[in-house]
Amino acid sequence: MSSFTLKDKACIVGVGETAYTRGSEQTVLRLVLEASRHAIADAGLSLQDIDGFVLPGYFVFQEALAANLGIENLRYSAMIQMGGASPVTALQSAAMAIATGVAKHVLVPFGWNGYSEARVSRRERPDASAPPRENAMSQAVRNYYAPYGALAPVQYYAWLATRHRELYGTTDEDMAQVALTCRENAQHNPRAYMYGRPLTLEQYLASPTMATPFRILDCCLETDGACAVVVTSPERATDLQHDPVYIMGVAEGHPYPADDIPNRPDFFKIGLSFAAPHAFDMAGVKPQDMDFAEIYDCFTYVVMLQLEALDFCGVGESRHFVKDGRLRIDGDLPINTHGGLHSEAHVWGHNHVVEATRQLRHAATRQVPDCELGLVTGWGDFGDGSLAILRR
Amino acid sequence: MSEYTKPLPRGEHYNGEFYDYCKQHELRFQRCSDCQAWRHMPRESCRNCGSFNWTWERSSGTGKIFSWTVIYRALHPGFNDEIPYAAVVVELDEGVRVVSHVIDLDLADLRIGLPVEVVFEDVTSDMTLHKFRPASSA
Repeated sequence: MSSFTLKDKACIVGVGETAYTRGSEQTVLRLVLEASRHAIADAGLSLQDIDGFVLPGYFVFQEALAANLGIENLRYSAMIQMGGASPVTALQSAAMAIATGVAKHVLVPFGWNGYSEARVSRRERPDASAPPRENAMSQAVRNYYAPYGALAPVQYYAWLATRHRELYGTTDEDMAQVALTCRENAQHNPRAYMYGRPLTLEQYLASPTMATPFRILDCCLETDGACAVVVTSPERATDLQHDPVYIMGVAEGHPYPADDIPNRPDFFKIGLSFAAPHAFDMAGVKPQDMDFAEIYDCFTYVVMLQLEALDFCGVGESRHFVKDGRLRIDGDLPINTHGGLHSEAHVWGHNHVVEATRQLRHAATRQVPDCELGLVTGWGDFGDGSLAILRR
Repeated sequence: MSEYTKPLPRGEHYNGEFYDYCKQHELRFQRCSDCQAWRHMPRESCRNCGSFNWTWERSSGTGKIFSWTVIYRALHPGFNDEIPYAAVVVELDEGVRVVSHVIDLDLADLRIGLPVEVVFEDVTSDMTLHKFRPASSA
């Protein structure tokens, strides 16, 4: 008896986004509504067709969303709390709702004013207009990290990167491959915040250090914006506007313990280490089958950590894997073809989901020729992880 | 004492008890009364055996550097005058790890495995933080 699987039970049929800016001068709800309307229209659906929401993060609530979209019969609503891993995990929840018939058309929207309201450099100030939002990580940060001056992701993820470098010899030039690849891809993407602003290795190396080994150009952007996708069943997808993009495999995973980084027995066993085998098994494919990978790039090294967790290479071997242009658009594994969080926008990685869908529709600004299969990862909240394997 | 402007632990519940021991210049962690497993951060129950029974046991105070970062851009104004400073992960001999500062050590000499021992710094009249220095016997 085969167990129930989500393989190919749901597909992405609509994608949309707002402009990516620094200073949207809009409420987050307005941004989310705009992206949602674009995604629903892209699917060829009307607003009232939506009967399910899966909401990554905590910036908008289903009541307001339904009221503004005129959705009178909302049959399913869930919120996902995994930081930047939430959008891809939301695809899992959406696929579950579709596969079980709980909902027919599920909207997955995400938006925030990540620059104008939520910049890291502003939120920890004692005179900040609003105190930092409490979450599952607050106990560790407030009680045990912040008193020693480690209170932002660039500082506490640096512990992982330092250990990796000391044990395996990873270098600045290795991490630069991620930053340079993202920036180069963004030069072909007019939506990208870094469009028209190419980057050289010399500029990368000259950028100021934030927390060793991270320079500022190892860090992703901070931007305002929103994007959204619509998920439905393969049967429903047949008469919609675009060819469906199937969710072949999807899974979430959590490091242990998830709410404290220093006390993990193995620093390199992250959420994605647990999620990846599940998602690949479900899809029945291997990492080497991927035509591209949209990898959550909050920091350059975190991409390398995920390449290892995905088993593209062994632990400690990503410094070899990223060499020789392998991650570039014409390499063996093109990554972050839109520019990623580094160079398109930081929308908690939901823009990676939008981009993967466009790649598999063969409608991307920087198209991977003839691609059939791709993956999207999520990372957030101290290393929670998620993985979706998508096909056309 | 001039005003202390860095963030202080909130110190509620078990976290407050942890820092109360620091104030007495004692580094103590929870230890399971049933399976003897040490743990940190404080938890209600033992990850190893599930027991609710535990006590605050005194650590040897000695350990090794497990990882670190040297911070050049303080993201809290209280640390602006400290940069560059290192936020270090120390693994105690009991196996638990803490974030701390290592004093009397050049930033260039940070390395995994460097033996350290605990010291205490009374940062305000109410709060004492554990810090570490290179172990005297090393």
